[in-house]
Amino acid sequence: MDVNQYLDMFIDESKEHLQHMNDILLTMEKNPQDTTHLNELFRIAHTIKGMSGTMGYNHVLSLTHQMENVLDQIRNGKLAVNGKVVDLLFECLDQLENYIVNIETTQQEGDNVSAELVKNLQLLENPQSPIKITETSSNAPADYQEAADGETDLEVDEYVASMIQKASDKGYQIFRLKISLNPKCMLKSARAYIIFSTLETMAEIIHANPSIEDIEDERFDFSFVLTVVTEKPEVSLIQELSNIAEVDEIIATELTVDNIRSQDDANHAPTEIAAAVMELDKGGMAESSKGDLDAKKKAKTGKTVRVDIDRLDNLMNLVSELIIIKTRLEDAHQMSQQKSISDTTEQLERITTSLHDAVMKVRMVPIERVFNRFPRMVRDLSKDLGKEINLQLTGEETEVDRTVIDEIGDPLIHLIRNAIDHGIEEPETRIRNHKDQAGTLKLIAYPDGNSVVIEVQDDGKGIDIERVKAKALDRGLISQSQSQLMEDKEVIQFLFHPGFSTADTVSDLSGRGVGLDVVKTKIETLGGVVEVDSQPMKGTRFIIRLPLTLAIIQALLVHVGVEKYAIPLNNIREISTIQESAIRKVQGKEVVLFRQSTLPVLRLSHLLSVPEENEKQEENTVVIVNHGDRTFGLVVDELIGQQEVVIKSLGRYLSGIQGIAGATILGNGTVALIVDTNSFF
Amino acid sequence: MNNQDQKHDAAVDQYVIFKLDGESYGVSIHFVEIIEKVTDITRVPNAQPYILGVINLRGEIVPVIDLRKLFGLESIPVTDDSRIIILSVEELTVGIMTDSSSEVLSIPQENIENATSVLSHVEETSIKGIGKIDDRMIIMLDVFAILGLNDQESSEERSQEH
Repeated sequence: MDVNQYLDMFIDESKEHLQHMNDILLTMEKNPQDTTHLNELFRIAHTIKGMSGTMGYNHVLSLTHQMENVLDQIRNGKLAVNGKVVDLLFECLDQLENYIVNIETTQQEGDNVSAELVKNLQLLENPQSPIKITETSSNAPADYQEAADGETDLEVDEYVASMIQKASDKGYQIFRLKISLNPKCMLKSARAYIIFSTLETMAEIIHANPSIEDIEDERFDFSFVLTVVTEKPEVSLIQELSNIAEVDEIIATELTVDNIRSQDDANHAPTEIAAAVMELDKGGMAESSKGDLDAKKKAKTGKTVRVDIDRLDNLMNLVSELIIIKTRLEDAHQMSQQKSISDTTEQLERITTSLHDAVMKVRMVPIERVFNRFPRMVRDLSKDLGKEINLQLTGEETEVDRTVIDEIGDPLIHLIRNAIDHGIEEPETRIRNHKDQAGTLKLIAYPDGNSVVIEVQDDGKGIDIERVKAKALDRGLISQSQSQLMEDKEVIQFLFHPGFSTADTVSDLSGRGVGLDVVKTKIETLGGVVEVDSQPMKGTRFIIRLPLTLAIIQALLVHVGVEKYAIPLNNIREISTIQESAIRKVQGKEVVLFRQSTLPVLRLSHLLSVPEENEKQEENTVVIVNHGDRTFGLVVDELIGQQEVVIKSLGRYLSGIQGIAGATILGNGTVALIVDTNSFF
Repeated sequence: MNNQDQKHDAAVDQYVIFKLDGESYGVSIHFVEIIEKVTDITRVPNAQPYILGVINLRGEIVPVIDLRKLFGLESIPVTDDSRIIILSVEELTVGIMTDSSSEVLSIPQENIENATSVLSHVEETSIKGIGKIDDRMIIMLDVFAILGLNDQESSEERSQEH
């Protein structure tokens, strides 16, 4: 189908509109009297209706159409906003989202699962005479083809009906022409124009579906229906029209006063013409089965980023500067001017830095995209659990890499669920404990240097340290004596232990362990860390720290034997030298006393089984690495220096290699591996 | 899939021939992306012993398999004749280190036998058969087996259907 090239745009825009609709519905639910956003809501429903009509998604079309009707009634004060109405609108929203997801994955909207909803909306719209309304399915003029639904009636408005009456009085004939263009037709509107002008020489067009304006703007699929009044016989009309190139099929049906069954409804006179409907039926089905084939050939839609045009302009400018510099370098090379070369190199460096910055910004999207699905989730969850929750979002404008956006959603959902389910208490308990009846859940995002921080805070009961300890003892993770010495922070770390609390009743442990290991793993694969801060009775705070971008990092290059490795700079706390003689062995593990505390020492050459070359040196270069609250020293042979490196994946074939996070290509074209220090803890 | 079928048709029965420990091996040409001279190989710690390391192939990181090690042959140092054949299978790009590679032969399907008993040192699963052309014997490699795709494939398909 011709519209496929617009599919990505359709999906993106629909998602945006639905998100907006979600926000409005949430405010509407809180304050039903506030009707200021109704117009906005109406506009959204209308836009989606228009877009889906153009794209040929008829279920979406009929659902949004009905929503529009209901919203119109609310707007005109004929219908009051109550919980039931909002719930129904939310249901519509969910259904629309489902359709969009279907379209995104399969290019098909899927089965018509919204029929029930449409009926409910109709009931809402006109509770007195539900049956009549289902019959006349729509009040608005049928701007868009509703052919594929099959059952949809073909309608003629009052004007057409009266024209038919008049024409037959005068002895003219009236035909309904369904004209199908060749799907390969490039300039559909131009073709349609030729059809119009041909027809006008021998007939008068009294009605068009879609409307003539829409047809001229190419807002139709491949066929349209015209109602014409003429003196000429049917055959000659078809004869003339089929002479036009790229017209595939013309189906003419004569309309007479007899086969227009006028209805009771005074304003509208929907006409049912069995033959026409059947023809349309066939046409619709043929089209959709063709669509099936097309869709199967195409792969599913790719990932896109919407980019501000200014950012692209900036990128373009930088690239042109780069080209200028290249020319300068060529000139300088010819004249072999030493100074000019070093000048140009300096400039080149400046531009590549800006270019990197600009490209990075192109990949950045506001975290809003993840955050704004949470109000709805929190609403549903708190309804289910009978808790009152006040969700506060801060810093939605904080920008993160597109890859992070895709991945961070699930861990956050996990943490929010945990907070609502197990953190925040029941309203009665809260009142008993002199807290606000409604719990507060805060979601905060902010940039912090080269990373982005996301916090999930609740003011619930906090983590029960003693129970976590008991559980850890139970599972044999620590001994009795160890448990007494452990600090609270260390105890909390057990929650991130794989399968820690999934073993038996989760809620026993104030639930805080449910799949937290999954959250932790996910965030670590994104190159981030997660910390917990909890105070009994006051609440819990999860702090997620993510790198601003995944593609390029600052790293420390080191020599280990003859090999070179890169250690991500954000994991490094400091670099120091330690005497070999100062290293002690405790329970087979090497430690050293460093700044008044014991520091575990690991040798990178052992961890990466680098072939030993030289004897142990008396003085060791040690890179001190941080991971959350824990620290260790990593012995390397020699430091090379700090460098910006582009992270490349080792690929699927080498996935899951212990201790290696990826690879990077050095200036001389060789490959250096990036050490995953987190995996050594 | 469609695409691969077409490629297959275009390169009927063509095989890239390479040498390993004096024997000739063949790999179907439609899996071969390019044949490269040996550049710097970076060792990957904690990887399978038959992984030689990774190379930089025009900005892409590509793992290289040591076929000698995989087949239990004695390792030899890299020479001027050594070549890395870059294979591309199911979006996986992997190189195989060979002693030398210089020709492409057409071997009709009927000249390929499923004889595995002749060779004892090659694991039966990684060869598809023996091709005969003139007086030469060519061992046909099963690319999927070498890249360990045979078992994965079915399970992946299953998960995709899911």
